[in-house]
Amino acid sequence: MSKEHESGMSVIVKTITRLTVGLIFLFGIYILVHGHVSPGGGFAGGVIIALSFVHLMLAYGKEVSFKKLPRAVVHFFESFGALMFLGIALLGFTSGYFFINFISKGQPFKLFSAGIIPLCNIAISLKVGAGLFAIFLALVLLKFEAEKRK
Amino acid sequence: MNPASQLIPLFVVIPLSGAFLIALMGKKLKWLPDFTGTFLTLVLFILSLVAIKPTDLYHTLVYSVGAWKPPIGISLVQDGLTVLMLVVVNLVVFCIALYSINYMERFTSKWKFYTLFFLMLAGMNGVIVTGDLFNLYVFLEIASVASFALVAFGTERHELEAAFKYAVMSSVGSLFVLLGIAMLYGYTGTLNMADMSVVLVHKGEGKLIAMISVFFIMGFGLKAALVPFHSWLPDAHPSAPAPISAMLSGVLIKALGVYTLCRIFFNVIGITPAILSVFMFMGALSMVVGVFLAIGQWDMKRLLAYHSISQIGYVILGIGLGTPLGILGGLFHLFNHSVFKSLLFLNSGAVEYSTGTRDLQEMGGLSQKMPVTSGTSLIASMSIAGVPPFNGFWSKLLIIIAAVQAGRYGYAFWAVLASILTLASFMKVMKYAFYGSLREKWASVIEVPVFMKLAMVILAFFCVAGGLLLVPSVQGVFLQQAQAVLVEGLQYGSRALGVIGSG
Repeated sequence: MSKEHESGMSVIVKTITRLTVGLIFLFGIYILVHGHVSPGGGFAGGVIIALSFVHLMLAYGKEVSFKKLPRAVVHFFESFGALMFLGIALLGFTSGYFFINFISKGQPFKLFSAGIIPLCNIAISLKVGAGLFAIFLALVLLKFEAEKRK
Repeated sequence: MNPASQLIPLFVVIPLSGAFLIALMGKKLKWLPDFTGTFLTLVLFILSLVAIKPTDLYHTLVYSVGAWKPPIGISLVQDGLTVLMLVVVNLVVFCIALYSINYMERFTSKWKFYTLFFLMLAGMNGVIVTGDLFNLYVFLEIASVASFALVAFGTERHELEAAFKYAVMSSVGSLFVLLGIAMLYGYTGTLNMADMSVVLVHKGEGKLIAMISVFFIMGFGLKAALVPFHSWLPDAHPSAPAPISAMLSGVLIKALGVYTLCRIFFNVIGITPAILSVFMFMGALSMVVGVFLAIGQWDMKRLLAYHSISQIGYVILGIGLGTPLGILGGLFHLFNHSVFKSLLFLNSGAVEYSTGTRDLQEMGGLSQKMPVTSGTSLIASMSIAGVPPFNGFWSKLLIIIAAVQAGRYGYAFWAVLASILTLASFMKVMKYAFYGSLREKWASVIEVPVFMKLAMVILAFFCVAGGLLLVPSVQGVFLQQAQAVLVEGLQYGSRALGVIGSG
């Protein structure tokens, strides 16, 4: 508890963050899995998920945030998301065409429908979320290095 | 659908999967980036050679991504021009991947290099195979953004400055392209290039088309570094690591600039005498201005970069003549330039690898210490200067003959003059860098490692043997197929849509 208060912002910000960050994360997942039936999708969901981690880092400092999500994991998810998307597209060759929607489409407007679209959304959200967080890390860490040199 | 067209998506899939596999595992497995880099580019080169035969047989192959029939879905089109560009790009990229095995040892994060390298390759192959105008823009941006990062790869001060300048100017070019595409979409209501050309034939030329043409000439001309838009190139190309300089000068400006200009103006919008004369004027201007700026340079890579502007001028002049012979000469020069210019950049990289300098005044007598580098460099210099029997001679000859036949004596004169000045400036390079007396401080210089030598020798072989592409039986399946696509012009639309109707 005491160590948590050494870095980051004030107690008020930290308390609010603790209450909201989980909700933001959940909202990102909601947007992501409902991408094919409502506005939103992989990109928007991924951005919101990344924002929850950005929020955590702004309020608590980088140590707490890295404990939740180490940099290596961010880099892994970034490449994995892209490969997953490509893999889904390549699996279409089993039905004869690159990128064909080879899973049964199901009922329109149901959560489990639309074939490969939800899977693609998940892949995109991994790529976009990890990518956005990695860009944020690159910018923030560059600032830390510059401050250290002073 | 034709089974031969199943191969088309692989040109985008293979480099993309290579890029992300290396990003995923390249940091841990040290052997993976080198192995994947060489192996996948070799596979791509072989695939591009395999694609020659079915194109000769069927002329145009169309692949509909996701089984969505064009003009609704994205289509990938493979015809003669596509195959020519694919062979050029993948040949040069294979040699560069081979060269990078040794050269990139000096940089810390090789896996990042290969990731960006493959992304750039995916972008270029994508631009070449796509049949959808917006998809073309997306791939154009993938290749451009990867190349910004690669120019800045050394992260020294001047490299970052060059990369920033390149990024800003190239983004402005991309914005013009995007604006042009948006207007064209508004006018025709479709994004499929074949469908668009059919609609444009029905709707006829309007004032809007003239404006869109100007946007495209600005945007793609900036990517191709034609003279009024060339100022980013002499900074960006020398600042990158040598393999990337070779890739930028050798293939990127052609895939993103010349190919797109040809495809859109000849096959989609439809070529007019006015646009042809703009092409010819800009080509001749680039040719002459580029060579005059090059001749005074002492930085070896900067000199080569200015020559890229000049040689792209030849390509555009040849294509802009609009006669079948001129187009053939232009496309042949495009092939030749990508081979010898990437070889020259690899040579300059080899000299820099061994001696640590790019300044011609500091070199001298290196041919005694580096026989392979100086030998291949001599071949490439003779090729670019247009000395028979190397490949550059034949293509320049075709362009000049075509200019004379078309009655453009002035342009023919400038082409000859630029060629003579090119010869002069490469005599300077050879004299100062490789011949003359060896300096004291280079006494301990040794030849570069084996993979770098191998890559240079392969490219030198294509410089010597390149003229054989004009042998009628070879020409018929390769160069003339590409020429036919441009000569037929707007028939591209009905052909690419007709293939779908029948298959």
